[in-house]
Amino acid sequence: MVKLVQVENVFKSFGDVNAVNGVSLDIEEGQFYSLLGPSGCGKTTLLRLIAGFEKPTSGQVFIDNTSMEGIEPNLRPTNMVFQNYAIFPHLNVEENVAYGLRNKRENRNKQNKLVDEALELVGLSGLNKRSANALSGGQKQRVALARALILKPKVLLLDEPLSALDKKLREQMQSELRHLQRAVGITFILVTHDQYEALTMSDRVAVMFDGKVAQEASPRDLYELPTSQKVASFIGEMTFIEGEIIGENKNLKVQSEIFGQINIDKSRVFGQSSKKIILGIRPEKITIVPKTSRSKNLVSGKIIDVSYFGETTNYKVSCGTIETLTISSQNSVGQPSYSVGKEIQLKADLDNIIAFSA
Amino acid sequence: MMFLLSFWTQDYLVLNKTFTLNNYIEAFTQPVYQLLFSRSLYISLTVTFFTVLLAYPMAYFISFYGGNRKALWLFLITIPFWTSYLLRMFLWKVILGYNGVLNSFLLWLEMISEPLTFILYNSNAVIIALTHGWAPFAILPIFVSLEKIDRSLLEASRDLGDGPIKQFFRVILPLSMPGVVGASLIIFIPTVGDYITPKLVGGTDGLMIANMIQVQFSKANNAPLAAALSVSSLVIVAFISIVFVLFNKKYLRRY
Repeated sequence: MVKLVQVENVFKSFGDVNAVNGVSLDIEEGQFYSLLGPSGCGKTTLLRLIAGFEKPTSGQVFIDNTSMEGIEPNLRPTNMVFQNYAIFPHLNVEENVAYGLRNKRENRNKQNKLVDEALELVGLSGLNKRSANALSGGQKQRVALARALILKPKVLLLDEPLSALDKKLREQMQSELRHLQRAVGITFILVTHDQYEALTMSDRVAVMFDGKVAQEASPRDLYELPTSQKVASFIGEMTFIEGEIIGENKNLKVQSEIFGQINIDKSRVFGQSSKKIILGIRPEKITIVPKTSRSKNLVSGKIIDVSYFGETTNYKVSCGTIETLTISSQNSVGQPSYSVGKEIQLKADLDNIIAFSA
Repeated sequence: MMFLLSFWTQDYLVLNKTFTLNNYIEAFTQPVYQLLFSRSLYISLTVTFFTVLLAYPMAYFISFYGGNRKALWLFLITIPFWTSYLLRMFLWKVILGYNGVLNSFLLWLEMISEPLTFILYNSNAVIIALTHGWAPFAILPIFVSLEKIDRSLLEASRDLGDGPIKQFFRVILPLSMPGVVGASLIIFIPTVGDYITPKLVGGTDGLMIANMIQVQFSKANNAPLAAALSVSSLVIVAFISIVFVLFNKKYLRRY
């Protein structure tokens, strides 16, 4: 695949604050790429550096093997969908969508045809003359998308485009965006703080903390094989348990809290080797089993909190030295529900444990 | 009161209260009043034009480059108000006069060989003095409308291919038109009726309708005619303002 956007060791500081602190990324052509991180992690700044609204303090951005140094936003092969959509209030839908086209020397009829096509693409056919103020949030979103896509940029930049929409509409727009990206084949770079949005939509995700990329991986790897505790607890939930390495062959032999002696595949161990390690396990990899069942690796505990989510129920369990162990269990008929204070027995899927050096 | 008075007649010392339109006929047919009306409109429209033209860049600068010193800039703009309006107008006499600051300076630079006379005691002097006097009133509404422009719209226009000049004419100017219209009205309406400034710096060629109204009320002792002139100028100003507002209706609808 062709590398379309290359970010090379980019730093950006505002006064004493280092918003972007040495980021290097390669984004391939045609990818749906997400920059994920908590607010203030520098993801939006990075996007604005690619768009040209900010200039890097040091480092460079390349698009299509061309350095973007000194190139103004209006001359870059990028277009942006802004967080608040930035729809021009003095123009109607059609004028908004055609805004960038009017800077090009193509005849009006052709431009008008393109506008109609773009509006159809985002599902707004027939709203050409609607005033920008009469649009709902979702419609503004679509106008902003049409306005950017109509210029056929090499890269479409999306700055938290869905954060202002309600949950239902957001989910709908997520799948529409995904389909749209496949249909037009343009590289999308999405900034989001929503883990699930990043996981469901992207081909690749870069997780950022404090101006640095903590991990860059496919959504599946990011969830199943996070390389650090920070990433693991940012993407979904994870319970951490202390352990100590007691031996090594093809697997790592670990003496851990509550689960006792376990073997961990070396491909699931991250960080420099040290004697003390931290084990992590996702809530859905632990199941509650009947008190009567007898098998290896059973742990008993006491429920201290229950939260019902519809498709799943999350239990916080205290067991032994671990204050809170999170369990997520699928809700279905026949599956008993437990209440706070109940003594239960747990079985962990130990193959799914991952380890980080402490 | 004024309106009623304009339909009466002054009979030496008493008011004749029979209804008549003679005052209005006189106001609209006598060449002197026509001249004064048209001169007043010419002066105040020119003043409005130049004030807005000069105020816009200042408001633009404060809004876009004022950073965290916007309040300071706005404060500095109010400094001329610390002295009285009268005093400021008098100062223009000192600046524009035959032996005034400006002429002496230009003579000293040898840019002119004799003092300029077209800058004092005529309409030009009134225009210059009024433009200066009213500038702050134009800066504020334009500043406010510029402040209200969402900065992401400016980024969007750059992102969609506009250079700085296109951006100004396609986004900034249309979105700040409500401020420009407001500023124009704020300047135009009061300057039509100004009489201190023309009296001080206008000479005889720079007199405006308000000076005549004052003369009719006092020296000429013809209050009904003065009232008719006042009502007429009110109607004319209102008419022009309404036409102006309608003309800019597109920009004034609420975003």
